[in-house]
Amino acid sequence: MNLLEKLDAAAAARKAMLPEGIGAFGVPIEEVYSATEARIGDRRVLLLGTNNYLGLSFSPKCIQAAHDALDAEGTGTTGSRMANGSYYGHRALEQEFADFYGYCAGIVFTTGYQANLGTISGLVGRGDTVLIDSDSHASIYDGCILSGAEIIRFKHNDIADMGKRLRRLGERTENTLIIVEGIYSMLGDQAPLTEIVNLKNRYNCTLLLDEAHSLGVLGETGQGLVEKTGLQKEVDFITGTFSKSLCSIGGFCVSNHPQLDQLRYISHPYIFTASPSPATIASARAALVLLREGKDLRKQLWLNSTQLYAHLKKTGYKLGPEPGPVIAAVLDSPKQALRIWQGLLENNIYVNLILPPAAPEGKSLIRCSVNAAHTTEQITYVGDTFAKLYQQQILNS
Amino acid sequence: MTKSDYEEIMQLLCNRLNSLANSEVTITSETNIISELSIDSIKLLNLIMEIEDTFDISIPINALADVQTVHDLASLISRIKSNQ
Repeated sequence: MNLLEKLDAAAAARKAMLPEGIGAFGVPIEEVYSATEARIGDRRVLLLGTNNYLGLSFSPKCIQAAHDALDAEGTGTTGSRMANGSYYGHRALEQEFADFYGYCAGIVFTTGYQANLGTISGLVGRGDTVLIDSDSHASIYDGCILSGAEIIRFKHNDIADMGKRLRRLGERTENTLIIVEGIYSMLGDQAPLTEIVNLKNRYNCTLLLDEAHSLGVLGETGQGLVEKTGLQKEVDFITGTFSKSLCSIGGFCVSNHPQLDQLRYISHPYIFTASPSPATIASARAALVLLREGKDLRKQLWLNSTQLYAHLKKTGYKLGPEPGPVIAAVLDSPKQALRIWQGLLENNIYVNLILPPAAPEGKSLIRCSVNAAHTTEQITYVGDTFAKLYQQQILNS
Repeated sequence: MTKSDYEEIMQLLCNRLNSLANSEVTITSETNIISELSIDSIKLLNLIMEIEDTFDISIPINALADVQTVHDLASLISRIKSNQ
């Protein structure tokens, strides 16, 4: 099979799973009206698949900041920070993130994906070990592969399995980086951080926490799981993205280890890429201020999330283990998941369809991401529609 | 690693792969796990976790990239086991 035939085979497998005309992956969004509504085809749909947790994508302050930066500094930086230099906004945002977490150092990356890729591949290399949760995001897996370190997985959120694997590593634990996530993107559950920190200290490892989905969502000021658990002093490195709660593009790593700065000289995903544009940095800076002050937004987000989680659970859907802004209904087969996804779209609700092998353990998921800007009526409508489709599903099976 | 260690591992792998395989292939040391047995990557990773517990070892997932046949997997497991 030549290279193009391999792509044809992959396309055929995808078509076999998704009937003609169903574009579940890469849905064309024709117009965006607000943080909660857009047009798909000729339908005005409710957006529940956008990770826009605080609903800040149309914040006038963020839009104004982006406009001002465009006017002042242009559309792009046209190159890397190593070659073209660091703009004021890059440096300011790094300091603001470090201050936010109370750490001494921060680095901004061009995307959240690159934040994990660049941090992991900068911290570990051949001869080192990374110990990762089996439900880790692709950016973590890819960062580990790029690093050349030995990659060992433990069962998702299973402390006993993690402990067993640390014991098996023996003296190598000193050169081991443990990587976990604040909120996991598939099932929306949180890492048992207190127990993980206990193991990290017992085995003298280094700990990286990815707060991509928990930034803005957990903790008094929205730092994430690290703040909710009060473990800022125990976590060595925190990564995150600007593309969810901050409604921009980019990523960051912060640490209390001043050695973080060295990544600027060794991490390829930081060095060999164009730096974030002035407008994306400016809107991220404005959103970070709103996120820190956004106690009421978080309160509303959690009200919406618990309302929808309870509604779906009462209906009978199999869900992730705890409520949160990422709510995943676990279906028995891709066919069932596709039927529900189509049914929701026909009722003007857009959510994410996740099919094997993207979902953990071969599951098929309908994933909703709730946001603070959804109204109670919108959440009720979504819950009622899910319930209607559940009944139809039972009748059809 | 002794010959009996390797044989014990081979025997266990053949038994487990037989119960997972979707086809009626007779499993030998040269059987290709993915292409001949039609075992998907998720089932294979679950099998790996089970084997890890059986032998109290951890198999790095990047080492699995070189595994094609049952013999490759048995050799990898024995190597890790004897290095511990």
